[in-house]
Amino acid sequence: MTDVAERVKKIVVEHLGADEAKVTENASFIDDLGADSLDTVELVMAFEEEFGCEIPDDAAEKILTVKDAIDYIKEHSA
Amino acid sequence: MFDLGGKKALVTGGSGGIGAEIARALSARGAVVAITGTRMAALEEVVASLPGEGHILPCDLSDPAALDGLIPAAEAAMGGLDILVNNAGITRDTLAMRMKDADWDAVIDVNLSAAFRLTRAALKPMVKARRGRIIQITSIVGVTGNPGQANYAASKAGLIGMSKSVASEVAARGITVNCVAPGFITTAMTDKLTDEQKKTMAERIPAGRMGEPAEIAAAVVYLASDEAAYVTGQTLHVNGGMAMI
Repeated sequence: MTDVAERVKKIVVEHLGADEAKVTENASFIDDLGADSLDTVELVMAFEEEFGCEIPDDAAEKILTVKDAIDYIKEHSA
Repeated sequence: MFDLGGKKALVTGGSGGIGAEIARALSARGAVVAITGTRMAALEEVVASLPGEGHILPCDLSDPAALDGLIPAAEAAMGGLDILVNNAGITRDTLAMRMKDADWDAVIDVNLSAAFRLTRAALKPMVKARRGRIIQITSIVGVTGNPGQANYAASKAGLIGMSKSVASEVAARGITVNCVAPGFITTAMTDKLTDEQKKTMAERIPAGRMGEPAEIAAAVVYLASDEAAYVTGQTLHVNGGMAMI
């Protein structure tokens, strides 16, 4: 089984068409990876689908970096 | 041109004069169509009249819980959602000085707030699919105003502003959001206008006649088609020249 970090990075690379090397844990979706605000909404939808969890809007707004996403998913998935 | 084969469309207010005609026109172009409404017998009649596959999703748009379930229900019934037509609308006409808060709220809730909530819910599958068509049925009075219709005109003007905003948010995802603004059309809703209102409006129509629901449906078919991919945030006025804007 692939671990959460790798699965999150894979989604980010696929969705944003970002260079894999740039998708580090500290990378900001908008500032470093060229996402627009709707991309961040779509990323959250993709995470929800991949990990079978629901990410409420107020939590989603705080997911700004790759690490934010990994931490949230680790904390909230069974 | 304007082939909608395999597309899945949801039309709210599908038992009304314009809604039923929109459902039939989309169906005639090959779309699978689901209609919502509250009058079951009338909905059944409309679905029976469709040339293609049709579904009935009973829903009272003034009920927030029913509203939340509508888009998922439509996706489940049809296997997806490509086209949303927010057509349902009500009137509670009276002069502003006599208009009760309840008259105002009821019209804004159904005509504008419900349309927004359905638009928001429909964007989820559409953004994922990288395509979609959202069409709001607004009204000429949303642009020109009309005595006795402060609530209705405000709701219809609100649809236009909402659509322009959403259109700019999702244009890059292959989704268009447009409005069709009927003028004076022969329906049960316009039958309710007073003779005086009808006379005043008829005098202002250069085409010299009221419009037919099919003429509104044709505009919806165009905006729903692949050919209209580069048209978004627009309001298509179908009014016999009653207002040229």
